[in-house]
Amino acid sequence: MEIKFEVSRYNPEKDEGSYYQEFSFSIESDELEELTVLDSLIRLKEEKEGSLTFRHSCGHGSCGSCAMLIDGENRLACKTHLKDMVSGEGSRINISPLPGFPVIKDLVVDLESFFSHDRGVKPYLIGDAGSRAKEELQTPEELERIQEVTQCIMCGACTSSCPTYWDNKKYLGPAAFVRAFRWSEDSRDEGESERMDALDDKRGGVWGCNKIFNCTEACPKDIDTVGAIESLKRKALGF
Amino acid sequence: MKTVEHQLLIVGGGAAGLRAAIEAQEKIDDVAVISKVRTLRSHSVSAQGGIAASLANIEESEADNWKKHLNDTIEGGVDLVDRDAGEILTRNAGRNVIELEHMGVPFSRTDKGKLDQRPFGGHSMPRALYAADRTGHAIVYALYGENVRHETAFYDEYFVLDLMTGDNSVSGLVAYDIKTGELVVFRAGGIILATGGPSQAYELTSSGKASTGDGLGIALRNGIPLEDMEFIQFHPTGLKARGILITEAARGEGGYLRNDRGERFMKEYEPESVELAPRDRVVRGMQREINEGRGINGENYLHLDLTHLPEEKISQKLPTIRELSMNFAGIDPVERPIPVQPMAHYSMGGIPTDTRGRVQGKEEGVTWNNLYAAGEAACVSVHGANRLGTNSLQEAITFGKRAGRFAAESVRKNHAGDVDRTTVDKYESRLHSLLGGEGSVRCYELRDRLKQTMTGKCGVFRTRHDLEEALRQIHELKEDYSKLTVEDSGKKFNTELKTALELKNMLDYSEVIVEAALARKESRGSHFRTDFPERDDADWLVHSFIYRSSTGKLKRDYRPVSPGT
Repeated sequence: MEIKFEVSRYNPEKDEGSYYQEFSFSIESDELEELTVLDSLIRLKEEKEGSLTFRHSCGHGSCGSCAMLIDGENRLACKTHLKDMVSGEGSRINISPLPGFPVIKDLVVDLESFFSHDRGVKPYLIGDAGSRAKEELQTPEELERIQEVTQCIMCGACTSSCPTYWDNKKYLGPAAFVRAFRWSEDSRDEGESERMDALDDKRGGVWGCNKIFNCTEACPKDIDTVGAIESLKRKALGF
Repeated sequence: MKTVEHQLLIVGGGAAGLRAAIEAQEKIDDVAVISKVRTLRSHSVSAQGGIAASLANIEESEADNWKKHLNDTIEGGVDLVDRDAGEILTRNAGRNVIELEHMGVPFSRTDKGKLDQRPFGGHSMPRALYAADRTGHAIVYALYGENVRHETAFYDEYFVLDLMTGDNSVSGLVAYDIKTGELVVFRAGGIILATGGPSQAYELTSSGKASTGDGLGIALRNGIPLEDMEFIQFHPTGLKARGILITEAARGEGGYLRNDRGERFMKEYEPESVELAPRDRVVRGMQREINEGRGINGENYLHLDLTHLPEEKISQKLPTIRELSMNFAGIDPVERPIPVQPMAHYSMGGIPTDTRGRVQGKEEGVTWNNLYAAGEAACVSVHGANRLGTNSLQEAITFGKRAGRFAAESVRKNHAGDVDRTTVDKYESRLHSLLGGEGSVRCYELRDRLKQTMTGKCGVFRTRHDLEEALRQIHELKEDYSKLTVEDSGKKFNTELKTALELKNMLDYSEVIVEAALARKESRGSHFRTDFPERDDADWLVHSFIYRSSTGKLKRDYRPVSPGT
């Protein structure tokens, strides 16, 4: 069975801009059940085109390396199965780098500003718990409030899907907000007000969110990103 | 030539490297972490089940203490654990976990809000602290946050090629900036290698693609020995065909292993602890079932059965396992058993260190002045011949912290040395020849052949015949490496070149794994020789050390197990 991969290519050493290259990819029919998009890209690179470039490592959605735009949606390549993307013989899959970030090469994007926005919300526990000899108590209910947001893997899928971020690179973006929420909502944390300057900022803060839910749809960990942003808005207003 | 200077360099941004960085940054405030992947992508994030400490936080662990933890660790490690290191690990484990909690790790809790604990193989009491089944991810993210707070410098996506050394000391290192393709010299008063494990040398492994043991290759190139490399841990439950880790906590929470007849076959091999025997024993039980035709449908896998557990327990305590199993095998473990098979998971051996993390030289008793190692890359030896689950995260934290502390103290006395131009020139020409190479062999082909060799000839069951054949094949692969061609000739973000560089490291340490396995004529822990099936304390209660001598030949040496104080 043959599938067509249209992959965005860009070599900074010789290309003016990016373009799509089409690869024919032959698989056995029983492989359709098994292969992921990442498996396919690895096979293309190792068997057909050595210069095809993308990041990946763990292969099961915990390292956050392989987020990319697959048929118009930001996804982790390692968790996207071919069988969910193609209908049969001759089907096409379009693969592009995460939108909104500068492209370094092919599917590899520059995440420097993404990570610097994250640092801007102080993604660590603020408080004086460190001086105590025993653990600080936290009830299962208190833990439950942050359980979902602690799963963020910083893959960039959410922020890359946000039109506010596309237009305004100072906008911290959904990932940074989720991370701020994760710490401020932690019963052990006392840093909510310290983080508020960045979150309440006119250009960079939560008010740029127009609730179009692109980020929530893009999150491979099913985190309620907009819910977290809405909660930060209420906190900013003092509720 | 771009040159950067810091007081202390840490190579690797996983649990050990990040913990070391915090400790050192508190003392000297000029620490840099260099990693070939971006921070937060290191493989420590995939650790699932827990981190061991005898906190005695729940009713079932009330009688626990560090001595019991130490005894279990030594027993699990089949007496090859250095007692002094084991004592430091188990005595400090509780305090180190509390520190992690104070850094914000979202540990799972008891109803009263204390840190919850659960059972793990080889531990006589429920001792594993855990954050659902994402413990590694939770720890790495908290450690990263602390590093952000401490303003640690990060050099992400730099591939370290070699150290600049002189007389058992380091003055810096040469790295390759993956984004630009340029060589960069890092000068420093001290270096900690926290580069992770070597399991990518095997076909089926829980380790990420980045786990190519680069620090082990670097050590060998500098005449530093590797210790106990014959002890590669195979984990019982890798998801069939993919090798994705299905945490031991699945058995800790009550899961069963079953063969094709539906039997809990581990009862035959381990009547007392059944599925929760140490990993080496469970893996051998599984492999025997498979070899004797009792794998599922006669194939090379078995079933991990959780169907008798309440759905709520699976969702609460093993959510990732449920999700991974549904996503990658199409199986909901609430309804059907998970297909699993043994896979390469962890290296008990590594770069030898003392209990302060200082690297040990090829002559017994000689210690490197300002070179340290920690985490899976190191062998301080707390795991002996077989590591207990949840002890590796604790080791990374305990000895990462110590390496950070002692390295910071030592660099105060050291100054960054001169740039060693010969090392730079050597690598400049090596990269040049790899890129412009007119060879005929791709690195991927060689890598796959290496994986086949290691899996087929140096796996769970070993024989002299297989190991000799493995050695012959590795020598052949090393010759073929000189005919390598890299198709991507670009400078920037050349991931094929990176794989070629990693492969060099993999070939070098794989040869040592096989040499060590061939030499050890007994069976102990994860090293099982079917031609020498018994343990032999009279001759083999020793650590093996292998290094490359100045003539290029591998040399072997043995040192006693530390009895402790």
